[in-house]
Amino acid sequence: MKLLKLVPEGTNLDFMRWRNVALVISLIATVVSIGYTAYRGLNLGVDFVGGQLIRVSFPQAVDDEQLRSKVDSLHLGEASVQRFGGPKSFQIRLPKPPGGDAAANSVATQVKAEIEKDFPGAKIESVDTVSGKVSEELASSSAMAIGFAMLGIALYIWFRFEWQFGVGALLTLAHDVAMTLGFFAFTRLPVDLNVVAAFLTIVGYSLNDTVVIYDRIREDLRKYRRMAILPLINLSLNETLARTVVTSMTVLIALGVLMLIGPEVIFGLAIAIFLGVLIGTYSSIYISAPVLVWLGVKPDSFLKAADEKDSAQPETA
Amino acid sequence: MLEFPRWKVWLVSLVVAFGVLLSIPSLIASTPFANRWPAWLPQYKINLGLDLAGGSHLLLEADSADMQKQRLQTMQDSVETELRHDPQIQVGDISTAGGRLSFMVRDPRQVDAAVERMRNLTKPVALTGNRDWDVQVVDSTRIVLTPTPAGSTQAMKDAMSVARDVVRRRIDPGGTREITVTTEGNNRVLVEVPGVDNPDELKKLIGQTARLEFKLVDLSADPNAVKAGHAPPGSEVVPMADGSGAIAVKRRVMVSGEQISKAQQSFDDNGRPDINITFDSAGARRFGRTTQENVGKPFAIILDGKVLSYPTIESPILGGSAQITGSFTVQSAHDLAVSLQAGRLPVTLNVIEERSIGPDLGKDSINKGAIASGVAVLGVVIFMLVTYGRFGVYANIALVVNAFLILGIMAMFNATLTLPGIAGFILTIGAAVDANVLINERIREEIRRGRRMIDAVETGYREAMRAIYDANVTHVISASIMAYFGSGPVRGFAVVLLIGVVTSVFTAVYFTRMLVALWIRRTRPRMLHI
Repeated sequence: MKLLKLVPEGTNLDFMRWRNVALVISLIATVVSIGYTAYRGLNLGVDFVGGQLIRVSFPQAVDDEQLRSKVDSLHLGEASVQRFGGPKSFQIRLPKPPGGDAAANSVATQVKAEIEKDFPGAKIESVDTVSGKVSEELASSSAMAIGFAMLGIALYIWFRFEWQFGVGALLTLAHDVAMTLGFFAFTRLPVDLNVVAAFLTIVGYSLNDTVVIYDRIREDLRKYRRMAILPLINLSLNETLARTVVTSMTVLIALGVLMLIGPEVIFGLAIAIFLGVLIGTYSSIYISAPVLVWLGVKPDSFLKAADEKDSAQPETA
Repeated sequence: MLEFPRWKVWLVSLVVAFGVLLSIPSLIASTPFANRWPAWLPQYKINLGLDLAGGSHLLLEADSADMQKQRLQTMQDSVETELRHDPQIQVGDISTAGGRLSFMVRDPRQVDAAVERMRNLTKPVALTGNRDWDVQVVDSTRIVLTPTPAGSTQAMKDAMSVARDVVRRRIDPGGTREITVTTEGNNRVLVEVPGVDNPDELKKLIGQTARLEFKLVDLSADPNAVKAGHAPPGSEVVPMADGSGAIAVKRRVMVSGEQISKAQQSFDDNGRPDINITFDSAGARRFGRTTQENVGKPFAIILDGKVLSYPTIESPILGGSAQITGSFTVQSAHDLAVSLQAGRLPVTLNVIEERSIGPDLGKDSINKGAIASGVAVLGVVIFMLVTYGRFGVYANIALVVNAFLILGIMAMFNATLTLPGIAGFILTIGAAVDANVLINERIREEIRRGRRMIDAVETGYREAMRAIYDANVTHVISASIMAYFGSGPVRGFAVVLLIGVVTSVFTAVYFTRMLVALWIRRTRPRMLHI
């Protein structure tokens, strides 16, 4: 049987030749992403701004407009009605009612009653009610979690490699998170708690490739002490390219399946990680690696530390 | 590489077999095979999270203003009782304004004695070195008692642990349902009830503080003054529960709800719902004595600061049981009976977060999740097979074993599988083979460099190990942070990722290494097709 080789043997791409072009593109993309996110804002779900989310399903297809006018006729403030999966299920989002929880309750009951009256057989699948206080806490703890995860990983990389690698990891993560944020701001996909889980996963997984490449650069730095840094990074990138492509493929296959036929409730999570993996693959080559050049990593960066690092490695026998 | 001692083979096989065995009860849980699983095999099962099983999630927060008010009230009662003791100290102008209790000592010579007695009323707060109230003298005759932060924190903590138990007893009087009631942070209680997708019922049970008090009606009060909200000294104005005005009652509590040992919904002589209560022995004695001394007078039954009814005591009630009448429905009488039996809540709880999931949405998610998992495994397996041939087969066996191990370990720890957890599972499937990809690519590389076969395999495993280790630590960092900060479903996702990282290193590195070693030893291949 002939085995599939996505990256042909002896591939030798000059990645670093395009590093400045890539940098400019990445920089522009990052700035645009952050700017756009700041300008348009994210479509934050009830988890982060408070309010109510009611998911309802009907025995037959229902016209969006008809349902919308039904909900509007209750005068509950700015309500939004969106399809959720097919034309038979919808999610209705209601703003935080003034006057605390008791009021929120009667609102949900009102909506339920109205829908059940006009659409016999309709079923309330789920109701989420989040108060302003809880949503603020969720928002700040989520932001903190993402920040801590980025810092924690960068520190670990610094500890295991050298400071330049730690900085590279942090910049790569910042790029990946900014791009994914921009994607959510642009598509208006709702950002809920699951999406935050996706961000944290991206932080962990996008660095996967970076770590593998860094590990190879470190190895090659020790092996070829006379080689200039640019060809050396190119060599390391090419050596790990097959692995980068194959692993990204397996993760993308799994996530693609989840995105296409998995449960609707976690579509946001799946698409965020899918995208994060794509971005992470790119950034591990065009951000993580060139940063080392700019920060002046040289073959002797590891000379002084080489011995102790060796003994710190895990036993592999 | 070839040295893979027999005991290691046995150990690895044993771990794998054990993991598979542990995972089976969870996999067959909702199939007809569930009954056929032999009783002597492990029975551990994975919990389904609320988002999969359906149910209600309520986050309750203690009303700290209410808590403070109650503490002040209790303190005022004990201060008044204390100062009435011999030698009596005359005080006046008692006030609880500004969250502090203050009063004037009429005789300036008694100030020191009063302060001393106040100090004795305060208690040390465990481990902090502070007392729960701060006693100060202002303007030489005014004594001010201020609650200390340490005291308030401790009081809240105590109240929350009582509240947790009360909430549990109210929702689950029989102690048979699989509900979760935990305290969160300093002043919150989290309630999760699977299977109940209408939380209104739960909220009715939790919403009532159920502070029941029996007090004598103050017959000397002027009805017009009561209407204006004024009561004679030693009495207070309490509104009627049905909204029909208010009455004046004596402040002193005759008997309170804490002394109830049993409460049951029943019907009165006219067939109206009421509640039958039985006092404990101390309560029965007090109730008997009070009713004996007050025959012919009305007494008020007060629930959460509202008068339910005020029947007249017709004869002494000595048996220790009584009926609470009021305008009840069968349901509200039943709910109150449950609440009384479970005890009163030490503090009012407000709902600040509420989620309910119907059973169908969860079932649909499980089905779609299971199908997606299957397809994802199949996709990855095929891809690995066409990419690495024999080594792909080994990676695939490891992948399947890994899936069983994750489920098995989750079952063993009785972990909760949530909807994002399913996503974590699928993600792990895609990422777990990364270790094998790293190893196999390295082997390919070493062969290209001209290494001999066994040497190449050995170097491949050894050199790849370092990157595998570092890459997995980054996952552990992000997943741990997620587990720490995340709530319910997100934590479920993190747990699956964490377990997946550990099991995938085991299956992708140690397990495949064993398979490769056994294969090489058995067939002594001359060439490696990779």
